[in-house]
Amino acid sequence: MDIPYTVEVRQDTGLINGKIGIWLFLASEVMLFGALFASYILIRTGSQSWPRGDTILNVPLATINTIVLITSSVTMVMAWASLMRRRFETFRLYMGGTILLGLVFLIIKFFEYSHKFETGLYPSTNNFLAIYFTLTGLHGLHVIGGMAVNAYFWGPGAKLWKTNPEWFTNRVEHSGLFWHFVDLVWIFLFPTLYLL
Amino acid sequence: MSTEPAAHHGAHVTHEVHHEELGFLWKYVFSTDHKVIGIQYAITALVFLFFGFSLMMLMRWQLAYPGAALPLIGGLLGDSRMPGGTMLPEFYNELGAMHGTIMVFLGVVPLAVGGFGNFVLPLQIGAPDMAFPRLNMLSYWSFFLGGVTMLASFFVPGGAAQSGWTSYAPLSIIAGTGQTWWLIGMIFLITSSLLGAINFITTTIQLRAKGLSFMRFPFFVWAQFVTAFLLLLAFPPLEAASVMQLMDRVAGTSFFLPSGLVVSGQALTNAGGGNPLLWQHLFWFLAHPEVYVLILPAMGIVAEIIANNTRKPLWGYRSMVYSLVFLGFMSFIVWAHHMFMTGMGTAMAAFFQTTTMIISIPSVVILTALIISLWGGSIRFNTPMLFATAFLPMFGIGGLTGLPLGLNVTDIPLHDTYYVIGHFHYVVAPGTILALFAGIYYWFPKATGRKMNETLGKIHFWGSFVCMNVIFMPMFWLGMAGVSRRLYDGGASYNFAQPVMHLHVISSWGAWIMAIFQLAFIFNFFWSIWKGAKTSDNPWDATTIEWAAPSPPPHGNFIHLPQAYRGPYEYSVPGATRDFVPQCEA
Repeated sequence: MDIPYTVEVRQDTGLINGKIGIWLFLASEVMLFGALFASYILIRTGSQSWPRGDTILNVPLATINTIVLITSSVTMVMAWASLMRRRFETFRLYMGGTILLGLVFLIIKFFEYSHKFETGLYPSTNNFLAIYFTLTGLHGLHVIGGMAVNAYFWGPGAKLWKTNPEWFTNRVEHSGLFWHFVDLVWIFLFPTLYLL
Repeated sequence: MSTEPAAHHGAHVTHEVHHEELGFLWKYVFSTDHKVIGIQYAITALVFLFFGFSLMMLMRWQLAYPGAALPLIGGLLGDSRMPGGTMLPEFYNELGAMHGTIMVFLGVVPLAVGGFGNFVLPLQIGAPDMAFPRLNMLSYWSFFLGGVTMLASFFVPGGAAQSGWTSYAPLSIIAGTGQTWWLIGMIFLITSSLLGAINFITTTIQLRAKGLSFMRFPFFVWAQFVTAFLLLLAFPPLEAASVMQLMDRVAGTSFFLPSGLVVSGQALTNAGGGNPLLWQHLFWFLAHPEVYVLILPAMGIVAEIIANNTRKPLWGYRSMVYSLVFLGFMSFIVWAHHMFMTGMGTAMAAFFQTTTMIISIPSVVILTALIISLWGGSIRFNTPMLFATAFLPMFGIGGLTGLPLGLNVTDIPLHDTYYVIGHFHYVVAPGTILALFAGIYYWFPKATGRKMNETLGKIHFWGSFVCMNVIFMPMFWLGMAGVSRRLYDGGASYNFAQPVMHLHVISSWGAWIMAIFQLAFIFNFFWSIWKGAKTSDNPWDATTIEWAAPSPPPHGNFIHLPQAYRGPYEYSVPGATRDFVPQCEA
């Protein structure tokens, strides 16, 4: 027994299962981060004083991180495009680049976090730092999750390329959609936390 | 593309066959088959339902006979809970919080969505399985872990969560360790229903049989489809809220802690500046759609059984479907009617009471359509039909008693009294749970190839039906007399409550006697698995596609993938040879 429409498109919907699945998942992620952003707005508007992000946080490092993530989204698209052109080795290269850029992002984030801890700034210090650590922490977990999936497709998951290249290409596209979402969340986080 | 997937197809089939030959563990425990997962969900949820009910039976002792020692069982629960058989207030709070949590998140929803949704939905749309079988398995195991976490929390120092199933801040943040376990359990349960919801929606859109357009869906499929959207979009905000509450408890943040909070005469050292109402908003943003998650699958089950046993098409199928979709949409903008007492402005209260009144309209449309469906039918009163018809007036009482709570002015005297408990339980216990029992009796032959015993079924029905009313009806009087729902002694220490205290005793005896009638169900359930009367594939002469599959359906469900040729309820079609025309017969 095989599940239909994992590779071939269903005629009347024009979609494969995975495409619907990943978009539904992203919809729920929008609700997750949406709730946190809404909480941020409510707590900020309800507080007596609120620091400007750039007085506490490191804007240059975050700018570098923004560039890193946007670049990783480009390499992610290139990885998928390579598969569409049946160039597996170029896929490996670009996918590897995407994973490494994710790692660079996390390393920079690690330095940011440890600097905060060294200067005695913790989530419990005030609600600005509380929401900063919660939002960026949750985002960081998403980066790790996306990297894990990408690493799987770079490594052991790539076996599928030999037996079913269409399916493999679809899977990389879906993990790419997730990766772009993670990127997009950061693009909202960066101005909200660091600049406003 | 034409050759490679075909080659893969062949390879995959042999893999699956090999898979089936694997042992018990892979076939029944870590199965990816939607039917096995559905049954796993159903049985786990039934166990939790009974456990949650048992917690309530303990509480009912304290409410009926405040401070009296509970004979026999009381001594077994230890000195930290019931020293000398008398219940401690802390233990009472644990029971209350965990009864609510377990019944909603580990009992009714997993049974209605995880159990019935998983087992019935793919069969009803003629699919070989769910769209993502491995995600489906993960969903069950995530649910299971969540359940284990919740149960384990009873044994941590200080016991399980004590801040109510709503876990209102700041009480929940200064509470003991059990609350942290509660939050972690909730994160598992939310993940589980998220994975389930993605699977249900994708399966319904993609894997429905050829010819099965949306307006040919059985009502049950529509109900599950809308429910899945509610789970998908309403649960993540609670996940966010749970993460924030966890941060408050573990990392010392102050999302939900206001400045200057004093606990037992001591000022808290937290930074403060948070907002306790934020938790309420995030919680009810989930928990109001959750109420519809509790009721929609039940309506779906009842619609199937009523159409089948009146031998008539459902009256107003299209308006029922449109109402369902409208209901799903509206359920996202009514949540703050749970919060009229928080001091919200009149403009906000007016908005939310208006949306609340609007949302009652589609519910009434569906209920009315189901009642009119009975009209002129030659009704077969078998056990599933008894449960399904009883659902209608019971849900009616639940719904109508909700109207005064949805209006700001009348909510204020009734808020947090036993009236609310009575209202909510009429919706969920005599409402949803009766419908779930109906579904178990109705689809049992499909799952096992055998019918449950009718006599025991009728004993179970009449006992449960009468007892549920004995339990919940007195609560309306208690509530209107002003008795708060949160009192450890049920109001015995208040003078004004004295004239109604005997109602607690009636209610409690109703609960204990109802437990005895559940034994008929438990015995019937297990006895019928092995000894029940064998049935054909379609014992109820039903039209929907699941009855075209063998009973029990094999791996892959259908021998030939079915095709739909007509609507779901072609009963008593003039000129047809039989009084039903199956959906998948050409």
